Amino acid sequence: MKKYLVIASLALAPASVLAAVGHGVELDKANIDPTNKQSLQRGARIFVNYCLSCHSAALMRYERIGNDLGVDEKLVSENLMFTGGKVGELMTVATAADDAKEWFGTVPPDLTVIARARGVDWLYSYMRSFYRDDERHIGTNNLVFPDVGMPNVLWELQGIQEAVLTTEKNHDGVEHKAVKLELTEPGLETPKEFDRTVRDLVNFLDYMGEPAKYERRQLGTKVILFLLVFLVLAILLKKEYWKDIH
Amino acid sequence: MGEKWNKGLLGWIDARFPLSKMWYEHLAEYYAPKNFNFWYYFGSLALLILVMQIFTGIWLTMNYKPDAELAFNSVEYIMRDVNWGWLIRYMHSTGASLFFVVVYLHMFRGLIYGSFKKPRELIWIFGMIIYVALMAESFMGYLLPWGQMSYWGAQVIISLFGAIPGIGESLALWIRGDFVIADATLNRFFAFHVIAVPIVLLALVVLHILALHEVGSSNPDGVDIKKHKDENGIPLDGIPFHPYYSVKDIVGVAVFLIIFSLIVFFAPEMGGWFLERDNFIPADPLKTPEHIVPLWYFTPFYAILRAVPDKFLGVVAMGAAIFVMFLLPWLDRSPVRSIRYRGGIYKVAIGVFVVSFIALGYLGTQPATEIMTWYARGFSVLYFGFFVSLLIIPRFEKTKPVPDRVTS
Repeated sequence: MKKYLVIASLALAPASVLAAVGHGVELDKANIDPTNKQSLQRGARIFVNYCLSCHSAALMRYERIGNDLGVDEKLVSENLMFTGGKVGELMTVATAADDAKEWFGTVPPDLTVIARARGVDWLYSYMRSFYRDDERHIGTNNLVFPDVGMPNVLWELQGIQEAVLTTEKNHDGVEHKAVKLELTEPGLETPKEFDRTVRDLVNFLDYMGEPAKYERRQLGTKVILFLLVFLVLAILLKKEYWKDIH
Repeated sequence: MGEKWNKGLLGWIDARFPLSKMWYEHLAEYYAPKNFNFWYYFGSLALLILVMQIFTGIWLTMNYKPDAELAFNSVEYIMRDVNWGWLIRYMHSTGASLFFVVVYLHMFRGLIYGSFKKPRELIWIFGMIIYVALMAESFMGYLLPWGQMSYWGAQVIISLFGAIPGIGESLALWIRGDFVIADATLNRFFAFHVIAVPIVLLALVVLHILALHEVGSSNPDGVDIKKHKDENGIPLDGIPFHPYYSVKDIVGVAVFLIIFSLIVFFAPEMGGWFLERDNFIPADPLKTPEHIVPLWYFTPFYAILRAVPDKFLGVVAMGAAIFVMFLLPWLDRSPVRSIRYRGGIYKVAIGVFVVSFIALGYLGTQPATEIMTWYARGFSVLYFGFFVSLLIIPRFEKTKPVPDRVTS
């Protein structure tokens, strides 16, 4: 995977630049397409398969996903609901908070609105920035979120990355230290396929953060068109009344 | 005047309640200067937003739960499971920010055209109290979603009361109802946000408008239209508010609603300025966000607060920055109202004030690094310097002759 995440050295980068990129890491653009239903469906599948066993999405209902992404009720309960239950239920998890705290050091956050809190670019970069770190008890670390409690749950798809320290030149030709991630053990997917997988997942997370977004934009166009007509009428009415005021 | 309509139902009502009288006094025979310009839209727009906030607020209250355990989730429930909940919520959150945009522009109009001067001092005072009540209203409303920024923003602001010597800590404790922001705080803020402050706001708006209609509206020329009346006692430069300004204000409403809808439907977060990212993380008393920023409309005062090295004096400076605006009618004693006929030095002073207010607003959003703090100090001095300069400027200012009648 061609992937550079630059840790700008404090001495060389102005503080404002560091603040702008957050933790000094440059994020990759997620380039999601919220209108692509297939991508959202794939994302939903990845989400329930890899995320939902530890993280909840307790403010979202399975049924809503089916309705919004064009998946019928039967397919939803067969493909997205592994523990049974009714499609109208919220996407909670069975993992007890105490267990989770013991395993990961922290309770995995609910992911319903994570995309609105973190932003899609952050999620896209984060999910692709795990690397092997034998010093940690979970065996992995992350460049975007150093010392995160979460292991690389997508490792079987991605493979294993290792961090390599290199020296790079920035736009002004100044040398600085950078960490580059290199794929040392390939996974089930090629780097390109894996990027797409993560993009689909992030697309789904973004949808789940605000399921009404699509409807909102569609309605917005109609409302604006109505208001433009209303504005023209209002201007004509005003002119009619004001023509005798000098 | 009611006699014109003394038949039928209206006559019956008029004999018992001054319905027609009010209609004539405040609308159909309220004579406003005919030369209102762009700056005069914002009063009616502020009223529109107030009504909109009350209605969207009532509907939000139907599903919102003022409970630290439930509040965050109930907001997301509104966003997902309540029919049109997302629209009502975004209208309310966008309305809150645009309320301040409109009120700031309305206040700026008063400033440049001298609308606060004799005999309109009370209109200005009522308006200033509305502004302060509005700040309280939005500050308490912002706690209700119970996100990280709600929580920590409130924590920072309430802790400011703790800086008052002697009684400070007990006062902050009394306001919170707990040692940190907690369920008790959320519940009382909810009570203030949905009942107490809105009642005060509505009453103040009535007083503001009654005071205005008692003395009549000023205008961009700052001349008194009541000096020249026709044989019926109607000002020559005045036109009835209804229908002339009611139809004109509809144009303003249409333009406003287009801007409002563009935000509600296409950018409700407004890049993090109207709905902050950290507020999509539930409030966590154990985890302080890296960078706590108040809402954008408070940032000029927040910058002044941080510019002062001592916490208590910072609070005093912040309070003074708001209080000094109340004094405006007594600071600026120039007989000329409108900026159109005032001297160049006054225009420069207004320019400096606007630049420092916006600059302070920007600085209030930035981390308080040393250089930023020095900028904030400089602009704070300019902010207060403007009010001081108003005392001195009229002494040597070369004003232009004010026309006798309004110019068109």
